[in-house]
Amino acid sequence: MATEILMPALSPTMEEGTLAKWLVKEGDTVSSGDIMAEIETDKATMEFEAVDEGIVGKILIEGGTEGVKVNTAIAILLEEGEDASAMETASQQPASAPVPADKAQSSEDAPAAGMAHPAPETDTTPDWPEGTALKQQTVREALRDGMSEEMRRDDTVFLMGEEVAEYQGAYKISQGMLDEFGAKRVIDTPITEHGFAGIATGASFGGLRPIVEFMTFNFAMQAIDHIINSAAKTLYMSGGQMGAPMVFRGPNGAAARVGAQHSQDYAAWYMQIPGLKVAMPYSASDYKGLMKTAIRDPNPVIFLENEILYGRTFDVPDMDDYTVPFGKARIWREGDDVTIVSFGIGMTYALEAAEKLAEEGINAEVIDLRTLRPMDTPAIIKSVMKTNRLVTVEEGWPQGSVGSYISSVVMQEAFDYLDAPVICCTGKDVPMPYAANLEKHALVTTAEVIEAVKKVTYK
Amino acid sequence: MAAKKPSAKKNQSNVSPEELLAYYRDMLLIRRFEEKAGQLYGMGLIGGFCHLYIGQEAVVVGLEAAAKEGDKRITSYRDHGHMLACGMDPKGVMAELTGREGGYSKGKGGSMHMFSKEKHFYGGHGIVAAQVPLGAGLAFSDKYKGNDNVTFTYFGDGAANQGQVYEAYNMAEIWDLPCIFVIENNQYAMGTSTQRSTHSPSYWERGAAYGIEGEEVDGMDVLAVKAAGEKAVAHCRAGKGPYILEIKTYRYRGHSMSDPAKYRTREEVQKMRDERDPIEAIRTMLLTGKHATEDDLKAIDKEIKATVNESAEFAKESPEPHLDELWTDIYAELEA
Repeated sequence: MATEILMPALSPTMEEGTLAKWLVKEGDTVSSGDIMAEIETDKATMEFEAVDEGIVGKILIEGGTEGVKVNTAIAILLEEGEDASAMETASQQPASAPVPADKAQSSEDAPAAGMAHPAPETDTTPDWPEGTALKQQTVREALRDGMSEEMRRDDTVFLMGEEVAEYQGAYKISQGMLDEFGAKRVIDTPITEHGFAGIATGASFGGLRPIVEFMTFNFAMQAIDHIINSAAKTLYMSGGQMGAPMVFRGPNGAAARVGAQHSQDYAAWYMQIPGLKVAMPYSASDYKGLMKTAIRDPNPVIFLENEILYGRTFDVPDMDDYTVPFGKARIWREGDDVTIVSFGIGMTYALEAAEKLAEEGINAEVIDLRTLRPMDTPAIIKSVMKTNRLVTVEEGWPQGSVGSYISSVVMQEAFDYLDAPVICCTGKDVPMPYAANLEKHALVTTAEVIEAVKKVTYK
Repeated sequence: MAAKKPSAKKNQSNVSPEELLAYYRDMLLIRRFEEKAGQLYGMGLIGGFCHLYIGQEAVVVGLEAAAKEGDKRITSYRDHGHMLACGMDPKGVMAELTGREGGYSKGKGGSMHMFSKEKHFYGGHGIVAAQVPLGAGLAFSDKYKGNDNVTFTYFGDGAANQGQVYEAYNMAEIWDLPCIFVIENNQYAMGTSTQRSTHSPSYWERGAAYGIEGEEVDGMDVLAVKAAGEKAVAHCRAGKGPYILEIKTYRYRGHSMSDPAKYRTREEVQKMRDERDPIEAIRTMLLTGKHATEDDLKAIDKEIKATVNESAEFAKESPEPHLDELWTDIYAELEA
């Protein structure tokens, strides 16, 4: 049957073009791949090849014609043995113009979310049952215990990174793990973050559960393409067929006196990515319980630790299998006057400020988010409905900060409950300086948190 | 590449007529499928980027002939040929190209991002060279589990200049990963010829710096590719670590659909088509060896055309994904 040759779209954005020149004439025989015409788009002149074989029956649009719309019939191709009478059939059966996908589907707007809110329901069950024996542990020991327990439980879990095995960890997090699990499961890598992040992600596609240690998250910038493009997006891009059950972990944010390239807080960066989960714990029990949850999670988890916290000691429940769920904030201190929301090392400023404020008669409620994605925003809203005031605390930079996201959520969901603007206490908008006095000022301070609370409480 | 008449005699000795016919069929399916994809793109049914594999068919068909069940494969965004060669359904591939519910990724991946757990095809990756460490990681998983499967990690001459390729080489070698690094050297990274992008154009030789063996292969000769593939596979299965195959090939079409093709002459392309076409070579071999008649081959052509047309019909008729799909597959649920 005679077929119409249509003006092709030669780029994703082309709507029309110039049919510059025909390289075949009526009566010519063409086969697949032969160049038939030159077409000019807004970007370039391109050759247009025949797809089917046949005889050029009629040229419908002359060479040199401008503004030919995509999908207009430009010629008629006859099959071998067909004569011109077949062309009438072709012209009576115009190829149906496809409807662009983005216009084909009606987009009924979802109704806007309601403005009035009952207090949201939140999970306020205690992290461990009353009466559980507690032990004193550093964050460092709790992290190691969390990883080791999961490695005993599941032999597809392994730890990979720079100096994790023979050196016993650059920050001694993996101390003793090589001895217990052997070189097959505790693996030293060359200094090659991009490469081993990719290899670990590939291993997770292959059914393993890697824990990737970055000596610090500053170096993970070399690997961020694999974290985001390979690990976070594959489940979606594969229509749910395969994903990356793995943990990327390591110290994040400022340590002390290591300068601009070793002091960045990536909480807000990773928190933005759908497909990732992000934990940023403060206490040793959360380091342990969230690490165990992270390893079991079937998705890529970013686990942001803090070097200064590694040596701090906290109560850790003495239980066989202690886990902390993602998306459940912990209220460290209850209060009615103001809500202070923080996470990770920011909690040290939040708690210190709350203590000092209590001496002045201001009772702050202090919430530790523990995970930033998923984020327990209901816990924040519920607290703000009680205190009507909110201060957020983090060491990261102000623009596009975690606090700015929280304040937008609170504005949208609890606007009527706010008696003062939300204040976000953040690190200063500068690269981290080296000098001791400057570094101290570059980070958020307890004094700034106290000042912010006084401002929102009009004290 | 020196142009010469289609010939694959030196590797022909131990190949049965049935195998030759199978390679002919598999390569032809890829070519006809890609021609159809080009056509659907021109009609606006396929959007975005669409990178056709026409000319390179012998690479994937030859290597698949050396693979066994459980072996894995991963590649870049020029991935349609790899999917068809490993047995994925043309309907599911074409429907993904048109962004429909019946596609391998339910329409959410597109031409560059398709996967099949069943066929051990791990994508379909849009970031040049990202699939190289990922492929080494797949090989890592097989080594960790203690089986003898291998991973075919495909990338182009353009990707071969990315740093992460060499990071992956280094670790693959120190850990003896069963990974075959397949460099599909089609001589043009988008519009930049290898002569303009490197002074060490023999890419496989770079493996020597990491202690990895390898060789150059004529990628227009499916039997040569198969023979080299068998050697590489044997090396990996024996636990000797990775292997590099630099397969010299040629793409007839542009880098993507919107390629002005000003970086090479029309004569260069035509010469390759006329003198080195991998499908024509097998066709000649089948006819001169009296393994098939013109009519036999016409029947195969017809059958393949029907398969491809069927896939195009399916891809046009499959509905667009339901709007709810926007919100699925972002996070996997914990299995109870």
